[in-house]
Amino acid sequence: MSTAIPLVTVQAPRGGRAVGLLRGTGAAGIASAAVILAATVVAVVGPALAPFSPTLPNLALAFVGPTGAHLFGFDYEGRDVLSRLLAGAQSSMLGPLAVVIGALVIGTLLAVIAAWRRGMVDAVISSSLDILFAFPGILLAVLAAAVFGAGLPAASISLAIAYMPYVARVLRGAALKERSQPYVAALEVQGASATSICLRHIVPNVMPLIVAQATILFGYAMVDLAAISFLGLGVQPPAANWGVMISENQVGIPQGYPLPALAAGACIVAIVIAFNVLGERLFEQAQGAR
Amino acid sequence: MSETKGRGAARTGERGTSDEGRRRSEAGMGRWVGPGSREASTAPLLEVDGLTVRLRVEGAQRAVLRDVSLAVRPGEALGLVGESGSGKSMTARAIDRLLPRGAEVSGQIRFDGADVMTLAGAGLRGYRNGVAMIFQDPRAHVNPVRRIGDFMTEALRTNLDVPAGEAYRRAADMLGQVGIDDGERRLRQYPHELSGGMLQRVMIAAALLTEPKLLLADEPTTALDVTTQAEVMAILDDLRREFGLAMLFITHDLELAAAICDRTAVMYAGQIVEVRESALLHDDPLHPYTAALAAARPDIAQTAHRLAAIPGRPLSAFEAPEDECAFAPRCPHARDICREATPELIGLDGGLSRCARAADLRGRLRPELAEGGQSDD
Repeated sequence: MSTAIPLVTVQAPRGGRAVGLLRGTGAAGIASAAVILAATVVAVVGPALAPFSPTLPNLALAFVGPTGAHLFGFDYEGRDVLSRLLAGAQSSMLGPLAVVIGALVIGTLLAVIAAWRRGMVDAVISSSLDILFAFPGILLAVLAAAVFGAGLPAASISLAIAYMPYVARVLRGAALKERSQPYVAALEVQGASATSICLRHIVPNVMPLIVAQATILFGYAMVDLAAISFLGLGVQPPAANWGVMISENQVGIPQGYPLPALAAGACIVAIVIAFNVLGERLFEQAQGAR
Repeated sequence: MSETKGRGAARTGERGTSDEGRRRSEAGMGRWVGPGSREASTAPLLEVDGLTVRLRVEGAQRAVLRDVSLAVRPGEALGLVGESGSGKSMTARAIDRLLPRGAEVSGQIRFDGADVMTLAGAGLRGYRNGVAMIFQDPRAHVNPVRRIGDFMTEALRTNLDVPAGEAYRRAADMLGQVGIDDGERRLRQYPHELSGGMLQRVMIAAALLTEPKLLLADEPTTALDVTTQAEVMAILDDLRREFGLAMLFITHDLELAAAICDRTAVMYAGQIVEVRESALLHDDPLHPYTAALAAARPDIAQTAHRLAAIPGRPLSAFEAPEDECAFAPRCPHARDICREATPELIGLDGGLSRCARAADLRGRLRPELAEGGQSDD
């Protein structure tokens, strides 16, 4: 008699939150994500892509300009710049990643604990963070290099500590707001444990903010780590790293061979801009959704 | 002062069932016998004794609850009625240990024999599993970004270690019980896809899923529109009886409480001023405040020339005078004796009244009388 007409139901976007998040960031956001994705791929398989050895010097070719097979020419020790760029992507991306992960994990943890317990615990955590704010990341990294020796791990850890208060401060506010939502009280009344409420509800609900923070911090971390490597306290030559490349090839700039240093600099700038644009878009989206 | 002390632990019979609850309320309609000769008086499931809560208001510690004592027996529904600010919700929050920070609490709350105020950690969580709360505004009390299924099964999965498949099956069944047919589909939906009434039914279903012993219903229908209200109330009442749950039903609607609950406690300014068999509350109140509340309710059968109101304005508990009857300034029956001390909650005709002149005023507080003359003599 009557045929059932299927009701059109509104479906949550399939394919996970990440795609949905990205779709809202517009053309610039998607382009930035593409740059980041490309850099990540290079960081993973980069050393294998390098057409020539990134570390074997040939002083006869020092500061020779681009030729057919050597797209960006040679650096101050006669190594292929393109190969070094590709090989250097790994440490240049991995360092900031470690910084961001470290800062986010500790920062989120402290923020959620402060927001959950409030009162005295919050006061102690917040004022400790204020003290940490006083130390610039580079200063901490120099200190760490002096104590533990130069190298990427010491530099990354000290930067993670230096960035953590920024994460914690932003997230504490968001978590406090989430904590005071009636649904959290309802969960408490259901007998849910604090850990379960924090991990299953509060952290996921401030996740957009965490992602936005991560992308912005990544840019900062990359510049700071490059600076630390430039100062000779980060990645140690002859290992390839973009910061190291700027440092060692700076002598070429006054000599009229700026390409090796600039190529590394351009890589850093491109990725930092990509992360900042994406981060800002995500942040705006997270704020707008609130 | 606790009513349970009076009638309490003398006899410990079998635990109350929903049938007993129904029988009791039916019996209450016809004949009401005094507390002493009460049949099947079981040990209370929830017992609040002399609960006083002080909060920091405008820089000073002020009492928001004063000497609140009440008892809910297994399977019994107790109504808690009062105006905004009278302390009804605060009482529920105290029972659920959800008081704001810095609250000073004295008095005792016992649930199933355990002292609630000293519970912590796993003990507190276990207690909260046994006490389910239904909130006024369902939409605010559910995480908006999680699916209904997640919300309903979370307590089962995480607190009671029920496997996910089993938990979802139970949730869908329970949705059927609250009158939501396509449970499977609803479980996959988000809260914003459901109407308010539907969501409140989901909340009721979720509350019942963990098989609690006591329901705290804090104005569960206030945020719903009138047609949905009746439906949700009916579902709540039916299921409560079916599951044999005790309930503390908080409302500002005297008639609703009377219809749903076996007994009703009336709160004013942070104190319980009257506890009475629900059937008798409206027609034969013991406290002038209850009488005034009943009289203030417009009669649907006739057009009132002017709506009856209680003179003055409702006081918050922390504004109320400490050493006189809190209702005295607004009471048409107030005498000097009312201003001398805070009256005690005294037993009278099977109920309890916090009125110094309760015995005097017996039989003179019927609503039709209170409406006409503001003074009695």
